[in-house]
Amino acid sequence: MPKPKIAFYWCASCGGCDEAIVDLAEDILGVVEAVDIVLWPVAMDFKKKDVEAMPDKSIVATFLNGAIRSSEQEEMAHLLRRKSQFLIAYGACAHLGGIPSLANQFEREQLLRYVYEESPTTVNESKTRPQCSVKNNGHAVTLPELRHVVRSLDQVVEVDYYIPGCPPTPKITKAAVGALLEGRLPPKGSVLAPDTALCEQCPRKSSKPTDLGFTQFKRPHQARLDPELCFLAQGVVCMGPATRGGCEAPCIGGNMPCSGCFGPTSRVRDQGAKMLSSLCANVAGKEEKDINGVLSGIPDPVGTFYRYALARSLLRRKVDLPAPAKQTP
Amino acid sequence: MNSNGNNGDLRIGFYICHCGHNIAGVVDCPAVAQHIAKLPGVVVSRDYKYMCSDPGQELIAQDIREHRLNRVVVASCSPLLHEHTFRNAVAAGGLNPFFFQMVNIREHDSWVHTDVGAATAKAKALAQAAIRRVRFHRALEMTRVPIHPDVLVVGGGITGIHAALTMANGGKKVFLVEREPSIGGHMAKFDKTFPTLDCAACILTPKMSAVRAHENITLWTYSDVVKVEGYVGNYTVTVRRKPRYVKEDLCVGCQECIAACVFKEPKFPDEFNVGLGKRKPIYIPFPQAVPQVVLVDPERCIQVRTGKCKQTCLEACADRQALDFTQKEQLVEIKVGNIILATGFKLFDAKRIPQYGYGLYPNVVTSLELERLVTSSGPTGGEIVLKDGRHPKSVGFILCVGSRDMKTNRWCSRTCCMHSMKLAQLVREHTGADATVFYMDIRAPGKGCEEFYDKSLKEGIQFVRGRVAEVTDWALAPEEEGKLVIRVEDTLAGFVRRIPVDMIVLAVGMEPHADAQEVRRLFNMSCGTEGWFLEKHPKLAPVSTFTDGVFIAGCCQGPKDIPDSIAQAGAAAAEAMALIDKGYIEQEPNTANVMEEHCSGCKSCIPLCPFTAISFDAPSQKARINEALCKGCGTCVAACPSGSIRQNLFEDEEIFGEIEGVLADA
Amino acid sequence: MLDTTWQPRIIAFFCNWCTYTAADLAGVSRLKYAPNVRVIRLMCSGRVDPQFLLEALARGADGVLIGGCHLGDCHYVEGNAKTLRRFLMLKRLLADLGVEDQRVRLEWISASEGDRVRSVINEMVDQVRALGPLNLPGRFADWDREMTGLEAQVRAAEPQTAPKAGELTHA
Repeated sequence: MPKPKIAFYWCASCGGCDEAIVDLAEDILGVVEAVDIVLWPVAMDFKKKDVEAMPDKSIVATFLNGAIRSSEQEEMAHLLRRKSQFLIAYGACAHLGGIPSLANQFEREQLLRYVYEESPTTVNESKTRPQCSVKNNGHAVTLPELRHVVRSLDQVVEVDYYIPGCPPTPKITKAAVGALLEGRLPPKGSVLAPDTALCEQCPRKSSKPTDLGFTQFKRPHQARLDPELCFLAQGVVCMGPATRGGCEAPCIGGNMPCSGCFGPTSRVRDQGAKMLSSLCANVAGKEEKDINGVLSGIPDPVGTFYRYALARSLLRRKVDLPAPAKQTP
Repeated sequence: MNSNGNNGDLRIGFYICHCGHNIAGVVDCPAVAQHIAKLPGVVVSRDYKYMCSDPGQELIAQDIREHRLNRVVVASCSPLLHEHTFRNAVAAGGLNPFFFQMVNIREHDSWVHTDVGAATAKAKALAQAAIRRVRFHRALEMTRVPIHPDVLVVGGGITGIHAALTMANGGKKVFLVEREPSIGGHMAKFDKTFPTLDCAACILTPKMSAVRAHENITLWTYSDVVKVEGYVGNYTVTVRRKPRYVKEDLCVGCQECIAACVFKEPKFPDEFNVGLGKRKPIYIPFPQAVPQVVLVDPERCIQVRTGKCKQTCLEACADRQALDFTQKEQLVEIKVGNIILATGFKLFDAKRIPQYGYGLYPNVVTSLELERLVTSSGPTGGEIVLKDGRHPKSVGFILCVGSRDMKTNRWCSRTCCMHSMKLAQLVREHTGADATVFYMDIRAPGKGCEEFYDKSLKEGIQFVRGRVAEVTDWALAPEEEGKLVIRVEDTLAGFVRRIPVDMIVLAVGMEPHADAQEVRRLFNMSCGTEGWFLEKHPKLAPVSTFTDGVFIAGCCQGPKDIPDSIAQAGAAAAEAMALIDKGYIEQEPNTANVMEEHCSGCKSCIPLCPFTAISFDAPSQKARINEALCKGCGTCVAACPSGSIRQNLFEDEEIFGEIEGVLADA
Repeated sequence: MLDTTWQPRIIAFFCNWCTYTAADLAGVSRLKYAPNVRVIRLMCSGRVDPQFLLEALARGADGVLIGGCHLGDCHYVEGNAKTLRRFLMLKRLLADLGVEDQRVRLEWISASEGDRVRSVINEMVDQVRALGPLNLPGRFADWDREMTGLEAQVRAAEPQTAPKAGELTHA
């Protein structure tokens, strides 16, 4: 009986999700024994044409991490979709767009100009930019095109399951892979993590008062953080109430508030909007001046409420940014 | 029938009402029906002339049975008017009434737009929104709230008195709270009432006595309401009983203490006589006051202010010992099921129209001041006199002072025309003086009132049609010396006239009380734009408010005369009694509940509920909502960061459905 | 591309006790105003979840209006205070995400202020008309046009034959 074929791929990614697979440590050996890995760019030397040669749906599951930002990533997403029975969005970037999708606040040109011309450590007097296609000694050398918009995986192809987290914890990953191999999967489209908010399993839950009214917001670096008291009770924004649990709160254990990487529960369409709703409803004050004073403690609403989920938010992107001028392959 | 619309076969019946010409005149109803007929799930799509009529309602019930409908949408008037009607029609057809959604295409569409194309497009969009929403509706039951049988009436004027007596006679226990020291209100200050010229005291005092004697009425005067908590059927009201420094149950009203007071002569302005008479610091408001109990003015009494008085009043009451200077304000809590507000009105301050000279010329008086002069038990014993003691030979009555006026109050105060004509008749009767009424229009709509106007004309009262420009004492001719001159354009004669008179009576209009806003917040009601308490519907529900269990009656709802006030008092009493006799009220089940399997116990919702309906349940470590306390605002639902609270009738999916439907391309 | 037949579509969330009643009063009084608003009825402005606003915009609304009771007059004591607090932060968020200020508006309108319903709607419709269509579904489609080429290409390609032995490409 041939072993089921598994693939890993990374798109607009920091590499952390691949690290997370490796972090399964001893468990990785169990995985490797049970499956046949046919693609894993960070660790194995398979090529695109190997994938193209596979029959459609011959890969049982592809774990794709990273957001979709370039034409190459888009193409690979389509290719792997074609070749896989299950395409699983692995990690916050593939699930929601992740931190890379914060780039949706900026115009592509603005980003390129900053990176190639304006940043403090760039020296590029001729303002050379990488080109998508260049002729060199009679050969056409190509580079993928950077898209204008950062997307989550399911904004490009149909996705079967999501494993959330930045990165997903070893426990969540193991549970998901186990469920897959044993045929115990929930309905298509599910996020493979508990559907309750993080507060349920947070070690600081009992320290949170039931009459919390915010008179001030502080960012983590602006205060000495009490290692046992609920962050919200300390005036520090913690995304826990609006974020799925299942990670077992390692950030809280490291004395940092939750920043929302597991995304929202299934009953919520826009994580940032719900967190805003909950937080602001409990702000003390009824006069505009007083309320604005309290809210000034959150200087970057997009970065705070949508740190991982901007691409999958209802507005997706800063709406007045230009659309791509013409269709490019 | 399915209980959850997400499974199974969706069979929607859609009905668009023409409402005669009201909707059909602007919205192309057949076109909307045809458009909706094409939407998925719609099995029946009809337009009909009057959906709320019996045949219209029967049409729905029939279609439910015949076409096995499991959802119904009606596009017609406002749900605030007929949602209940149609829910009943749906129930009559055998379907749970909450599988129904209403679309407002009259108040919000045909009545406010003129462009047929735009209005029809809007109707289609709104109907589509309801079609998408109704899919997510669930079967629900109305909730029942028991009604406490006792009632609170606030305000002891004729309106409050009549409401209290009506309910007390019906066997209900009534608390009547009045902030003045006696009941009677404005009517107690009148001499005779139009159009019959009955003596006001003669018809009022028997009712006042009946209140005092009634075993079912607890009368608390010199008291006001300071807090109201709860909801229909279950109100907890805190009443503040101000100290009279007299024990009410011991005082028999002999008034020996007043005679014995260290102040030999009355010295202070007397409220009952609108400042025209005088009283001592210890006093009884007027001879027929109910209760017949004296009271001490804490700001004028030497004993209360300084503690250093001979207290001759105490000596005079030695055998009954009813006086008690140690009395303190008391807060009493009562439980009632219904509240009727009959707090009346105040009169316009004529100083706000300085050109009429009130406060400047001593012989310019208000209608109420003249009323006190005319009354035989008033400060002048019924003698109508000028400030120098002479009888006036000519009196001018200026109508609409502070009414029908863009600069002060826009409304008509409804009673002043009749009131002024009555006073004019009485003035002529008492003094034989010439009486001239200066009017814009004469309004005499009630029974016997037009006849009263005829009588006024027959008795030789002059009427000049014109808005008085000013009152002056600057004489320009010998006959104007020593008199007040009224300058007015006589619009029927066509020129400006100067008319000298001895005395001028200003028909000051009615206004809401100065503290109307505070009072209405206390009872969780609204005020209209003009400041009168807001009724639920100006035609169909004039004594109900939007807060169940709180009713309004009399002038606090808007200017009116005594017959109408009594009618409203009876109406409010009937509404309250209907609730009490039924024993319960049915409330829309739009409460919220926590989906326990999803709640993470983040406690974000708990501080949000002003009705303390949400608490943290320690054993399960989750939030819990007490649906009996939940009022259905939905604030917690919007706030729950994991989407774990659901509000019946306003679920997230239902509202998202509405949003999607209303924006879906036509 | 300017569509001269475009008319602004504004979604309004009105609270049952004050603003919805005021809109009914405007109807009873036969006041006339622009037909561009579609009202969704809620019991209290406190029920307005910011997700509703964002969803309305994402689905094609050119503007969103929230109507509630004046502060201090909320039928449920202070649901409108929560609305205000959420709204102030939402405005900042929307500004950061490029939505013009005049497209989203919060108004306190009491049950007797039928005339204000009329004037607020007329004013807002004029302002939104001047801003032009927001048309987020159209913008989303424009943004996603950069994607359409590849999917077709990948679908059309046949699986290539397996590499022959000796052409192994991996370890």
